[in-house]
Amino acid sequence: MHRRAVIVDYGMGNLRSVFNKLKVVGQHAEVSSSPEVIRRADFLILPGVGHFAKGISNIKELGLWDLLNEMVLVKATPIMGICLGMQLMANSSEEGDSEGFGWIEGRIHQNIHSDYLRFKVPHIGWNDVDRGIDNLFFEGVDGTKKFYFVHGYHMQCSNKNDVLATSEYDFEFVSAVQRKNIVGFQFHPEKSHLQGQKLFQNVLQIL
Amino acid sequence: MFRPRVIPVLQLMNKGLVKTVHFKNPKYVGDPINAVKIFNDLEADELVFVDITASREGRLIDLDFVERVGDQANMPFAVGGGIKDLRQIQSVLRAGAEKVIVNSAAMMTPGFVKAASDEFGSSTIVVSLDVKKGWSRKNTVWGMSGTRNSKKSPPDSALEMQEEGAGEIIINSINRDGTMLGYDHDLVRSVCKVSTVPVIALGGCRSIEDASKVCSFKWGGANAAGAGSLFVYHGPRKAVLVNYPDQSQLSSIFND
Repeated sequence: MHRRAVIVDYGMGNLRSVFNKLKVVGQHAEVSSSPEVIRRADFLILPGVGHFAKGISNIKELGLWDLLNEMVLVKATPIMGICLGMQLMANSSEEGDSEGFGWIEGRIHQNIHSDYLRFKVPHIGWNDVDRGIDNLFFEGVDGTKKFYFVHGYHMQCSNKNDVLATSEYDFEFVSAVQRKNIVGFQFHPEKSHLQGQKLFQNVLQIL
Repeated sequence: MFRPRVIPVLQLMNKGLVKTVHFKNPKYVGDPINAVKIFNDLEADELVFVDITASREGRLIDLDFVERVGDQANMPFAVGGGIKDLRQIQSVLRAGAEKVIVNSAAMMTPGFVKAASDEFGSSTIVVSLDVKKGWSRKNTVWGMSGTRNSKKSPPDSALEMQEEGAGEIIINSINRDGTMLGYDHDLVRSVCKVSTVPVIALGGCRSIEDASKVCSFKWGGANAAGAGSLFVYHGPRKAVLVNYPDQSQLSSIFND
């Protein structure tokens, strides 16, 4: 695992916990917003918490938009998105009415609930992740273990094959996506105890 | 299935872990980093750290400490204590916390929570409403570790903070703090009834059953249950012992 992993820092949220947990599973990562550093990566992590449109505009301002597109689509560099990082992979979002990378066919929608006093927004807490059977990414992850979520928007995928896992909070939603060299998690593996670390190990092994 | 969070709320003073009663008489209960290690092993849902004297002493929670917690913690954690400007929020988040908790600044500087949530995102900003019953038997929200009365009712204050962009609200009963007499269900319910953002109930928890109860719709409808004494004391004599239920116990009590 002597890969050059880079955590893309586009000014959205806490990157330190992702860095720490990758280190625990034996993968050193560099945290950077520099196109030169990111260009040399052979594994990318796109984390992030916050507003979709702001995230995209930060990425463009940093001069990373074309670079990331080229690396992910042309060079097929493996990339793992977390939370907002996963959402940015969709075509577009209702949050700030913004375009996304479009690596995963889909759109980000606001969580709409039947009862806002029972189902508070955002969805914060530990929830089950239904990953079907024979899902290599979740191999060795105990099916009863929950993952930590914080989000007020969710992805709707156009292509069912891109859905890696689903979860339920009032309604069923996509909690993980995967297509070729691209994987994304709506929840936070880096804050999800040992099951999260196992997931990181699996991703690093598969992609 | 979604399970409400059960959150150890840990008070800090002079770099030690303490536990108060009615926000007073802090008693030393151990080393906070050691507690994080134990809560890691026990797979706690989330941790909250509050430096209880920072605001009154006009300083910020120790950032080295926040970093050390961040390097250890396998779960999300929130940090409060003396946070009163955006630069401080930035440094606490950089140090590794997922969320910051504001109380005194939210109370005393109108617009602070709005500025903070605009800058860092709602889900990063938690507002703690510390509630005390005054002579008139009316609940009001207090700042500065329970020493300054805002004279606002908890639901009014919660709505105001929600409108400013708070991502979560802690409703903390000073009257129940450290007493282990059970949550103030009427107080929790009064806030949950008006709040569309998650509410963390705090103050008085004596058992996991209490935690489950305050999260049930009938008894409060909190989104998460916080507890202090329950997770640092053991037994009727309150011997110091950091503890947390295992996940299967939580699942069965929360009727998963």
